[in-house]
Amino acid sequence: MDYFVQQLINGLNIGAIYALIALGYTMVYGILRLINFAHGDVYMVGAFVGLGLAKLLGYTTSIPGYNADTVGHSLWGGLVLVLVGSMIGAAIIGMAIERFAYRPVRKYSRMTTLITAIGVSLLIEYLFVAWYGSAQRSFPALVKNDAIHLFGDVRISMPQLIIFGISILLMILLQWIIYKTKIGTAMRAVSFNLNSAKLMGINTDVVISFTFALGSAMAAAGGVLTAQYNPSIDPLMGIITGLKAFVAAVLGGIGNIPGAVLGGLVIGVAETMVVAYGSDIGLASSYRDAVAFTILILVLLLRPSGLLGSTVQEKV
Amino acid sequence: MPPFIKRLVGALVIVLVLVALNAAMSNEGFYGMGLPYYYSHLLRLAGINVILAVSLNLITGFTGQFSIGHAGFMAVGAYASAFLTVYYTQGLEQKLTAMLGATAGQAVIFIIVLLAAAAAAALAGLVVGIPSLRLRGDYLAIVTLGFAEIIRILLVNVQRVGGPTGFSGAIAPWEGRATIPQYANFFWIGLFAVITIVVVYNIVRSDTGRALISIREDELAAQAMGINTTRYKVVAFVISSAFAGVAGGLWAHYNAFLSTQDFQFIRSFEVIIMIVLGGMGSITGSILGAVVITALPELLRTYPYEIVLALALIPLAALLLRLIRRERLPEVIRSGWPHAIFVLAFYVVLFTISRFILINTLDLDLRLRAANVKIEEYRLVIYAALLIAMMLTRPQGLLGQREIGFSWLKRAQRRPEGDAAVGGAGGVPIAERDAPTADPYKETENR
Repeated sequence: MDYFVQQLINGLNIGAIYALIALGYTMVYGILRLINFAHGDVYMVGAFVGLGLAKLLGYTTSIPGYNADTVGHSLWGGLVLVLVGSMIGAAIIGMAIERFAYRPVRKYSRMTTLITAIGVSLLIEYLFVAWYGSAQRSFPALVKNDAIHLFGDVRISMPQLIIFGISILLMILLQWIIYKTKIGTAMRAVSFNLNSAKLMGINTDVVISFTFALGSAMAAAGGVLTAQYNPSIDPLMGIITGLKAFVAAVLGGIGNIPGAVLGGLVIGVAETMVVAYGSDIGLASSYRDAVAFTILILVLLLRPSGLLGSTVQEKV
Repeated sequence: MPPFIKRLVGALVIVLVLVALNAAMSNEGFYGMGLPYYYSHLLRLAGINVILAVSLNLITGFTGQFSIGHAGFMAVGAYASAFLTVYYTQGLEQKLTAMLGATAGQAVIFIIVLLAAAAAAALAGLVVGIPSLRLRGDYLAIVTLGFAEIIRILLVNVQRVGGPTGFSGAIAPWEGRATIPQYANFFWIGLFAVITIVVVYNIVRSDTGRALISIREDELAAQAMGINTTRYKVVAFVISSAFAGVAGGLWAHYNAFLSTQDFQFIRSFEVIIMIVLGGMGSITGSILGAVVITALPELLRTYPYEIVLALALIPLAALLLRLIRRERLPEVIRSGWPHAIFVLAFYVVLFTISRFILINTLDLDLRLRAANVKIEEYRLVIYAALLIAMMLTRPQGLLGQREIGFSWLKRAQRRPEGDAAVGGAGGVPIAERDAPTADPYKETENR
């Protein structure tokens, strides 16, 4: 039982990261009906920007707790600085991608935009491979890695707590932006109908740009937080994680924000459980990456609108 | 001549040409005048890529179903065929060799094994296609990608084909050949490339092909016309997978080493880039794309800066020409072949000028070399940039849906009045004019 609860915590933790990334997919899809293939790479760029900032601030080692002695200032301040910095950096990159790659092809067909998105994704990945090499880099620990003993054998580590805390915070913030602010209202209007929103005087280009910025910032936060939990990053880390997050968005019902969070958590838990209990039923842990795709195929076959999505009748 | 004799002669000529080319594909061949190994290696890779690209074009270019799973089916074919040759065909091959001689014996075995590869990949295509082809567009893309990854993960977990360490021969507890035999010479690769092209060409021009194209143009309308769209899509998908399996079998028996790392989705992307560059819905386009993408990394290695410059100038030239606009050109070079020559000349002038500025004046090549920038490391970056540039300037690809052929020679015959303008826009026959919408894939979306 303790083992199960521990695995559940680990799974929810990974799921929270997937959820953060899935939010970007779902928001962009909701507005543009575009799968932003480059979103997983924005997550990777976020982690790299975070790495640069952390090094700039004097964090050097990934041994947990060691930085506390060498870096003079408070650890929490460092975490917040790195997090906010990488979120801003990724937001700029997300907006640039939208402006220079997606906006010019927006008027073309889905196939064209899809290929453009794949092109942008490959471009970012392999530019980073060419610049930094494809080897893994260690990410410095920004917080002490104290484990908190809950009950029995169940522990929750400091990075895990931070991942839960910050992702919940960000999700509440996102919910607030979408439902309580003017730009959020505009976003919802655009996602209902782009042309009508334009007729109502909404500057749709700005709204779309803002959506990309918001989604990219979430993904970057996910990148930095993952790096706290699993401190090695590489230029191709965004591919598989991005795909899984996309699956999470589809599972929850693409275009649906609470759905993306739910989907992320479900995928994280399912994946962890396969690794934890798979050997009992003859599944090697290398099947881990197949879990998300299997879920995707099942969802698309059984309930294509996702868990929380509503079916949209196709117009002729 | 009756058509079937014509075809027979054609097939015979192709086989003879391939045999002759195959003989010329080594240093010793052709009385010592043969092609060096390096180039023949590239030609063989290009042949395999042509099979992949043309077969993917059937499902993506002609049927309009975006699949990112081609590498998965290639993997199925590669592993299935290598598995058979390593573990099962040794005895049979000895018997056949005793009966027919080594060459014929190997040929029979190889054809059997490749057919098995095609069958295995077709089966995989059927299993993947039936559920996923009900989906559209982006969902289909992701699901095919997912299936390809699942196939790869399943293969990694099969110990008998080496698992994560790769497969080059029998694995310890099981008995079989120590190495995968290298059956696939240029003859076989070329032969199957020709077969793929002929089969896809004939499918596209049959009523099945018309149905596939109608699905691409408008699936709902096709359905309304009584076309069983799911059935046709599955048929196209299965044929496409079967050829990907053949390509995999050829690759397995050429490279003699298989690793699941070679079949990651980056491989699928490469094939997509080939058909997107060449033109989706154009067989000659995808052949061109396959050859260019195969040769590109090698060109980058040997003559980097000029090649990179030449490639970078393609989108720039396209953009400039679009800014100039056809209508403003002098009458003589506005259309037809004079226009093509003008475009080419424009490009050559642009290239010469920028080459002079960048390389002769600014010494860019020396500077880059001094900074130790290796252009071949940027291979995938260049692919990606080409892909994006293509989408921004010419989303239908180099050739669009047109084919390169010799039909222009026959034009005078077809239209006795020659190339005189019919209904305005000079020169171009109405049937060959671009559709009024700039983008053939444009959807009229109701939102």
